[in-house]
Order: sequence, then structure tokens, then C-alpha cells
Amino acid sequence: MRVTVRLFARLRDLAGAGELVRDLSTPATVQTVWRSLVADFPPLAEYERTMSVAVNAEYARMNAEVTDGDEIAFLPPVSGG
Amino acid sequence: MRPTYKVRPHPTMRHTSGGYTGLMSVPLVAITTPPLDLAALVAEVSSGDAGGHGAIATFTGLVRHHNLGRTVLFLEYEAYEPLAVRALERIVAEVRDRWPRARLGVHHRVGRLELGEASIIIAAASPHRGDAFAACRYTIERVKQIVPIWKREHFEGGQVWLEGATADPDDNDARQTAYRIACA
Repeated sequence: MRVTVRLFARLRDLAGAGELVRDLSTPATVQTVWRSLVADFPPLAEYERTMSVAVNAEYARMNAEVTDGDEIAFLPPVSGG
Repeated sequence: MRPTYKVRPHPTMRHTSGGYTGLMSVPLVAITTPPLDLAALVAEVSSGDAGGHGAIATFTGLVRHHNLGRTVLFLEYEAYEPLAVRALERIVAEVRDRWPRARLGVHHRVGRLELGEASIIIAAASPHRGDAFAACRYTIERVKQIVPIWKREHFEGGQVWLEGATADPDDNDARQTAYRIACA
């Protein structure tokens, strides 16, 4: 299956892209997607404990299942306001 | 240029002065690129109320020229827009739960913001001032906790992404902290 990954702020800078496509075997979770990203972009690993994740623009947990066509977002600590 | 904010259609059409709120109804929640329009937001939270509101409290966040000893040149805001709109709507719902008679609006700007420009505006209308102030303060605290927006500070000598809270809308401790600050 194929999912779209969205990266924001410093995560985007570290990966050099704000949007990536990943091909994964099923079943997969957000954690699976994250591991495949970190394998390609090791500096992302520093955010493992502080980031939030979203699936299809809803906050989710690392163990959430992902399905074909999902948009998975990895969000560094926020700084709005 | 067409307005870029994401809106839930409002039943009444409203015409106000210029900017992103110019030709359309003013949404209570918005992520927008053009400069913010506090007067339009105040008018919107007041609308449809025949004197029941005794107070409107507002908050405006501005781009400051110094931060952590650095001389700031400008800020660049980025949002995950669909989730940011949902997070703002969640805050509106939380305010409605806690202060049922308050009516809240909050707009956040994204893109490049110069010194002194407004990055966020909040307006809370309520029968009494206490709830209006509290709802306003609660909202800015929650925005900083759970809304997926980031600012990159461009300062003399470099640039840095600022990082605050790990966003977790289900974190009750964070929510209680926001209540405590709002009601102090």
C-alpha cells in the first residue's frame, strides 16, 4: 500500500521535503511509517519522544493502523500564538 | 486574491472593511495569510446578540522584536491547516463546555509576519467580564498547547524553529493547567 507522509517545521527541514510517498507492506501502523522514515533520515530520530502524529488530519497514536491512501503527519512540538 | 482561510459557511453574509474578511461571512475560526481583522471578529462574536453580552474581551498576539536575547527580524508561521482548524474548533467546543454563555472567535495568521504585526486574535463575548477574560486567556493557552502551528524566528545572525509543547489534545493535565491560568 501507499501512504503520503507530511512533515512540518524542523522535521521538514531535516528530511528536506514536506511531503513524501512511502510504499509499505500491510498491516502497518504509524510506527511502521516512522521507522521507515528514520531509516532514510536518521536525524529525525531525535523527535521520537516529543512529536505528535496525525492520520488524515486527526491526532492519532503511534500504534494506530494505517491503510492505503492515508495521510500520515509528523508534528514537532507546536509554537503557535 | 481569494481569501485562503478555511471556513465553515456562516448562514448570514456579512460585508466588512477590506482584507480577508471583506466579502464573505466571518468565520469564528480561521487560519489565514492576509492581515488579521479584529474589528470583524469582534463584530462576529457580537452578532445575533440583543444585549445579552455584557462584555467582550480580546487578545492580540504580536511579533516582538526581541526573543531570548536575540534581535528578531521577522517570523514565519506554518500550519498543518486542516488539523489546525479542527484543533481551533475543539478549543471553541471546550470553551462552550466550560463557559456555556460565552461566544468565542479565534483567527491565526500564517506566512511571513513583520515586527509588530498580529499573529493571533481572539475575541470572547459573554454576559459578564469574568467569563469573557477567562475564555480569552484559556484560548491562547490552549492554542499554544494543541494547535499545529509553528514559527520560525529569523533573527540577526540566523534562524530557528521555535518548539513549545508536544501537542496532545487528550492530555487532561495540560487542559487543567490552561483552566488554572485562565481562572487565576
